[in-house]
Amino acid sequence: MVVGLQHYLAVAAILFTIGVFGIFVNRKNVIIILMSIELILLAVNINFVAFSTYLNEVSGQIMAMFVLTVAAAEAAVGLAILVTFFRNRGDIAVDDASVMKG
Amino acid sequence: MIDLSSALHLAASEATLAVGALVLLMVGAFAGDKSTRLVSLLSVLLLIAGAVIAITGPWGQAFNGAYVADPLAIYGKSVIYLSAAVAIILGDGWMRRTRIAKTEYPILIVLAAVGMGMMASSGDLISMYVGIELHSLALYVLAAFHRDDAKASEAGLKYFVLGALSSGLLLYGASLIYGFAGSMRFQDIAAFAVDNPGPGLIFGLVFLICGLAFKVSAAPFHMWTPDVYEGAPTPVVALFATAPKMAAMVLIARALEGGFGEAHAQWSQVLVAISLVSFAVGAFGGLAQKDIQRLLAYSSIANIGYALLGLAAGTSAGLQAMLIFMTLYVIDQIGFFAILLSLSRSGRPIRRIQDLAGLKKDRPLTAVALTVLSLSVLGMPPMSGFWAKYYVFGAAANAGLWIVAAIGLVASVVAFYYLRIIKLMWFDAPADEIATDKAPAEAQWIGWAAAAFSFPLVLGALAWLEPVTKAAAAGFGNG
Repeated sequence: MVVGLQHYLAVAAILFTIGVFGIFVNRKNVIIILMSIELILLAVNINFVAFSTYLNEVSGQIMAMFVLTVAAAEAAVGLAILVTFFRNRGDIAVDDASVMKG
Repeated sequence: MIDLSSALHLAASEATLAVGALVLLMVGAFAGDKSTRLVSLLSVLLLIAGAVIAITGPWGQAFNGAYVADPLAIYGKSVIYLSAAVAIILGDGWMRRTRIAKTEYPILIVLAAVGMGMMASSGDLISMYVGIELHSLALYVLAAFHRDDAKASEAGLKYFVLGALSSGLLLYGASLIYGFAGSMRFQDIAAFAVDNPGPGLIFGLVFLICGLAFKVSAAPFHMWTPDVYEGAPTPVVALFATAPKMAAMVLIARALEGGFGEAHAQWSQVLVAISLVSFAVGAFGGLAQKDIQRLLAYSSIANIGYALLGLAAGTSAGLQAMLIFMTLYVIDQIGFFAILLSLSRSGRPIRRIQDLAGLKKDRPLTAVALTVLSLSVLGMPPMSGFWAKYYVFGAAANAGLWIVAAIGLVASVVAFYYLRIIKLMWFDAPADEIATDKAPAEAQWIGWAAAAFSFPLVLGALAWLEPVTKAAAAGFGNG
């Protein structure tokens, strides 16, 4: 069997779906949400690199580099916000983030 | 191809802001928090300089079409930079009164402004994504800026999670568009979409629109808005309600009309659906609110619906209507938040709508200003909000969206919660007899000025605003 473009796209779509579900279904821990976000970004990267190779065009791989960089920055900012949240609450359970409702 | 120096000349406003922000960061790092005032002042000057450089700068495309400086971008940028500067002025005093003044506040706003300028000028998917992330990362931090406050850190966390999710959706859409159209540039995508907007491209387009709708807080992607508006520090919310909305609307115009001009039939349906849901959520969701900032969140959801309706028309008149709407809306919002920041009782900011009761007694002028702004956001003629909606409905009706325009008109009447504010201020007795504190001068004057603009200055300003936005809309893509 030859691994073609559609296989890469299928893997990326599955990872993306897992990531999105990880954000919505998960009721336990905010860290899991951060992991799900990483998963989404990496799924998108697979898409970009697969398309870039398929099209023989380099800009998809450049985009993948940007996405990796931004993902790192995003994780840093996310964890920093999470630390302030933990200091105020003493807990990082998802259900805890519910002072404001309406 | 143009050489690097002329490319940088085109992008001079962002370059100035980025370098300026780094210099200010150094000043802040070495001088500490006592230099906050100086850094705020310099940041405001820097943003004004950025706007002037953008306005006087040349038009054109740079970096292989990734960066576009056309009249639309320049108009958007000047509104973005100036409203960000107002957010710094409003925030500086407030932060000092709340004793959380830090030099990072103005610097983060300048960094966000760089990203918003990139969004307004983006000519391909890469610069679009980088612009969005540049401004988002700064805004996440700003939302949680009051770090000892449980609500603020919760707001920051929610904004971060949903913002990151929306970036993910947007990126997934971008990857599909790139793959099926074979290029990152909006121009090439548009050229490809003329012949065959296949299912893959449309699928990517829908993801892209979902991601962008998150950023402008249009329903049904609005769930973060009320919480973030309630929890984040008030001057930060004043920023959220103004500059990023303008930047994202210009970006939506660029991505959809620039990248998918020929597939207009496909995306205009999506935009119409989003704006209808936004009308409903904004109008009905606001009725039951007790917190003023939550109320303004629902108001912003409804108003983004109107701006998107202008874009859904897909015509140059629709683009112009969106620009006029957003400009007038930004000024109204600045006025609302400035007045909110100027009100407090024995050192505690006024948060509940109920607290506005009997405001006419101790602050008659502010009550007048708030009345004018409320009527304007409601769309009462001849205030600025009426003219904003007038252009949008006109453009939508001309493009055959009669029914949607009519529903929008009804929705703007349903949103009568502004009338409740007016009734409380003028006719109800204050709940407690504590008088409001002496207002901070800068917030009060900005609020009064914005109200004076809503009525009567807007009547004169429109004569100038109309041709300018018309030129901006007509010059779209003529970089």
